[in-house]
Amino acid sequence: MKYIDEFRQQDLAQTLEAAIKREVDPARQYQLMEFCGGHTHAIFRYGIQDLMPGNISFVHGPGCPVCVLPSGRISDAIGITLKHDLILCTYGDLLRVPAGNRKTLQRVKAEGADVRMVYSTQDVLGIARENPDREVVFFAIGFETTTPPTAVAIKQAQAEGLKNFSVFCNHVLTPAAIQNILESPEVREIGTLCIDGFFGPSHVSSVIGSRPYEFFAEEYQKPVVIAGFEPLDMMQSALMLVRQINEGRHEVENEYTRVVSREGNSKAQGMVAEVMELRRTFEWRGLGEVPYSALKIKQSYAEFDAEKRFELGDTRTPDIPGCECPNILRGVKKPTDCKLFGTLCTPDNPIGSCMVSSEGACAAYWSYGRFRN
Amino acid sequence: MKQRFPQRLNIRDGLVEMGHGSGGRTMAQLINELFFKHLDNELLGQGNDQAAFDVVGGRMVMSTDGHVISPLFFPGGDIGSLSVHGTINDVAMSGAQPLSLAAGFILEEGFPLVDLERIVISMAEAASLAGVPVSTGDTKVVERGNGDGVFITTTGIGMVPPGINISGHLAQPGDAILISGTLGDHGVAIMSSRENLEFETRIMSDSAALHGLVSDMVRSVPAIHCLRDPTRGGLATTLNELASQSGVGMSIYEDSIPFNDEVVAACELLGLDPLYIANEGKLVCICPSGDAQRLLEVMRAHPLGRQAAEIGRVIDDPLGFVTMETRFGGSRMVDWLAGEQLPRIC
Repeated sequence: MKYIDEFRQQDLAQTLEAAIKREVDPARQYQLMEFCGGHTHAIFRYGIQDLMPGNISFVHGPGCPVCVLPSGRISDAIGITLKHDLILCTYGDLLRVPAGNRKTLQRVKAEGADVRMVYSTQDVLGIARENPDREVVFFAIGFETTTPPTAVAIKQAQAEGLKNFSVFCNHVLTPAAIQNILESPEVREIGTLCIDGFFGPSHVSSVIGSRPYEFFAEEYQKPVVIAGFEPLDMMQSALMLVRQINEGRHEVENEYTRVVSREGNSKAQGMVAEVMELRRTFEWRGLGEVPYSALKIKQSYAEFDAEKRFELGDTRTPDIPGCECPNILRGVKKPTDCKLFGTLCTPDNPIGSCMVSSEGACAAYWSYGRFRN
Repeated sequence: MKQRFPQRLNIRDGLVEMGHGSGGRTMAQLINELFFKHLDNELLGQGNDQAAFDVVGGRMVMSTDGHVISPLFFPGGDIGSLSVHGTINDVAMSGAQPLSLAAGFILEEGFPLVDLERIVISMAEAASLAGVPVSTGDTKVVERGNGDGVFITTTGIGMVPPGINISGHLAQPGDAILISGTLGDHGVAIMSSRENLEFETRIMSDSAALHGLVSDMVRSVPAIHCLRDPTRGGLATTLNELASQSGVGMSIYEDSIPFNDEVVAACELLGLDPLYIANEGKLVCICPSGDAQRLLEVMRAHPLGRQAAEIGRVIDDPLGFVTMETRFGGSRMVDWLAGEQLPRIC
């Protein structure tokens, strides 16, 4: 398939494999964090670890949108769906993430709640138009990639005068999360987590550009290479990170130039800025409260804000005892370090969020990498 | 037995009504003028609640399969032909020649008779083409809202030729793993026609009866160890089932698995893995490696096996893992499907 096969060629992979092996310093370790779940997925799906020398290891980051959503937000979504008998729409794998009481959206759907999986915000608008007598709420999650379509839907709903449509906004921001990891005691003080460099997000960066990473590359002296999601992108980016580390550089480099520019997609950014604004703080599963790390709907669009329409947003549920998702999301622990991994927590019966999405580190370990151990 | 009714069944404007499941004259008319008319054969025409037929001694197999599919009509088939193919294939995967089918219909009140007739005609055509008659059946009607138009359960019986012993627990380390053609066509055809997910594709369901292909295969290589059709859950699920039944591992090569480009493209777009997508006209065959080449030639000579390929080997692994050498040069695990395959968000 054109534009896909070119980035999955084995002979080019072998060339890059040889180059990486030639250039790594055998005397040191290279710990590279891939922030995005899409990269985690690619590493396992294509078996990229097999092509790396033994002293390069991947540290899986918190960039899986369903994994970082605190369970209280899911409890809230379930709560309003049942209380107001409304239609709740959301993206695929969120349906399986357990809330605090281990209920999932899939479970309440089986019990009779009207929960619908959608592929785009346009589907939600369609459902709202077809059901004018019912409230339709879009349970919006995701990083900067999925935020512009939510903003577009809100603007469209306003233009059409759709009164029964609202958004439960849970969009979060990548740079704030990376900075939070770099500020964590494990990295700064205790030194239990050593990160030598970052694979920068691909789709997210197509929206926000490469510039937002420049601050912390400089401030924390860590190299960042924006990498595409195809396996050759990751190989090339690994080589670029190794070179930066060897040369003591800490710059933002862009491997994914066919999509990402320094400034990003200004039209999408403008759309989001018109409809949404920063939250002072937001709870992330694994990272806790992270200042200025998420977006909420602006007062001028308040009529489409489900948090205001249904008085939402304060449920806090504690993490599940024994579940290491918080540490796994920060890269401090590996899935196999968790006592629940593969015993009580499996993809068929996920307890922690990292086991739910195929982008989650635990699910990827289980589905693609278990045979290595 | 032809019953006469005062007025003909109005198929063009008629709907399934509760009376069509009442056991009375209305039901008799539906059965006579719709089911018997199209599925016509000697046994069915006798009008009994069962079909009786003579068999010669030997090993008999029986299989049953409930068919629930949305949408009922899809590119390359419909629930009618699917219900014939699905059960014929389940019978044939033992190496058997299917003899006869029974069909149970659960109809939802309000379902248009014109659509029901389309489905029954399609069943009749599939059964006739396969040479496997629908010899007995049953009809029930549920109230509107308690069904999804039409559910069809078919049961099939067949006879295994002497000297054939095929079962999911017989795979052995060193065996070759063969596949009869491209994967994922049925699942993608269904997805492309679902209401909330319309996209344009020329992909048609591969729904087909495989007993002719199987017959050629067992005649040429009676020592086949396992046959299975990779339906729901796709190739990945089928290989995991066989690995766990036989207590072996499997190693497959991504490069050798045949796919239609459009299936790969649709899966890329939707964030799905084609190894987990359903097929309705393909089979997986596990045989001694020395027989693989001869079997591939026989398969490729049959219209339903033209793109047959060897895709891997059975290996010794008490944990029963299925692993794949990726086209990229790495390796990964190919696990069971967990829950249903949901698209990734990012």
